[in-house]
Amino acid sequence: MSVHIARNLDDALEDLSGRADATILAGGTDLLVEINFGRQRPSHIIPIDRVEELKDLSRNGHVRMGALITYTRMLENDVGSPALVEAARTIGSPQIRNVATIGGNLGTCSPAGDTLPVLAALEATVVLKSKRGERRVAFADFMTGPKKSVRRPDEVIVAAEWDDAGVAQTYMFAATRNAMAISISGLALVIDRARRRVGVGLGSCGPTIIRASEAERFATGLLDEAGWEKPHRPSDAAAKKFGELAAAAAKPIDDVRGTVAYRRHVLAVMGTRALARVAAIP
Amino acid sequence: MRIKLTVNGEEREAEAADHESLLTVLRESLGLPGSKNACEQGECGSCSVLMDGDLVCACLVLGAAAAGRSVETVESFSDGETLHPVQRAFVDAGAVQCGFCTPGLVVATYALLKRNPEPSDKEVREALSGNICRCTGYGKILEAVERASAAMYRR
Repeated sequence: MSVHIARNLDDALEDLSGRADATILAGGTDLLVEINFGRQRPSHIIPIDRVEELKDLSRNGHVRMGALITYTRMLENDVGSPALVEAARTIGSPQIRNVATIGGNLGTCSPAGDTLPVLAALEATVVLKSKRGERRVAFADFMTGPKKSVRRPDEVIVAAEWDDAGVAQTYMFAATRNAMAISISGLALVIDRARRRVGVGLGSCGPTIIRASEAERFATGLLDEAGWEKPHRPSDAAAKKFGELAAAAAKPIDDVRGTVAYRRHVLAVMGTRALARVAAIP
Repeated sequence: MRIKLTVNGEEREAEAADHESLLTVLRESLGLPGSKNACEQGECGSCSVLMDGDLVCACLVLGAAAAGRSVETVESFSDGETLHPVQRAFVDAGAVQCGFCTPGLVVATYALLKRNPEPSDKEVREALSGNICRCTGYGKILEAVERASAAMYRR
């Protein structure tokens, strides 16, 4: 095994370009588990955790979050998305949040990655860079399956970007405890009042993160009628309908964490509560 | 692979074999068995150490990638025979039964109180949510944190 601790981004990209067998190491909270349990034996590892260029956070109507922003930093800074802060808070424990990063969540690309439904609902863009240049991929096109993405072997995920969507948003998840739990199902809802857009992202209930487009259209209709500029209290029936539409978009499986039926039930309940809560946020 | 790092304030050189974690380097190569090895997946917190001041699970840090870092382990806490106030509080509160989780809890408690000298009950629970105890229960541990906070900040 060889290790090349990257000094900066160019150094990482240079080393990565010459080695098809290289594995990128960021916070390590996914990769080290694989290594400790003998499931992966990378022959060449490039720790990128000292690459300062990937630790920037800028916000000016548009948020650019460097790939090495940790969950702890998301909780300590105004990162331009209350839903992302809620997702960050659900992840792991202080020990995990101190090192685990947004880029790592994207790199691992698990359907249970808690920031990913939020990025889907925000219509975020993933920025990738290699020696050949930079490319930008809509999150909707980034993830192709469980732990599969369009990232090429010579590319580093450098940032996630999205347009500031305001404060009417939430992330909810169901799990067996509040800490150190992998979500059974998660739901992100964003009501972007300025752009008159609703985004719904579902996690842990399909091979990829799922956009619930029927639910989005339904909520858009409700807000078209009620007015986008002001808080809205949807009727119980409307909130329930929204929850059902969100649940209907899921493609869950039975596994150790939950059953198909339970996942759908939980999504419907979270969808109902999320709409009632978020529509009321000015 | 030979690495150089700072451990408990001292420059050390250590052997970090292929795919070994910082936890293994500390325990096997540097002779510091205070950090405990249990789950090896960041769930239990018994290997908690401070790396460049941040609380981390040593089992999730690649040993070879820890070169140049500064690590503080539970061994740095006591001053000879004199226990650190956090350690004293755990003893006095009876927050130790088998003791396996204790080093990790001591480090996590220290990290909390350094940042937040008078945490609320909820803040303590959240701060220690990555440390699992399987025998004594958490009541005495919460009491130990309270005692440590009082002792360290003289309320």
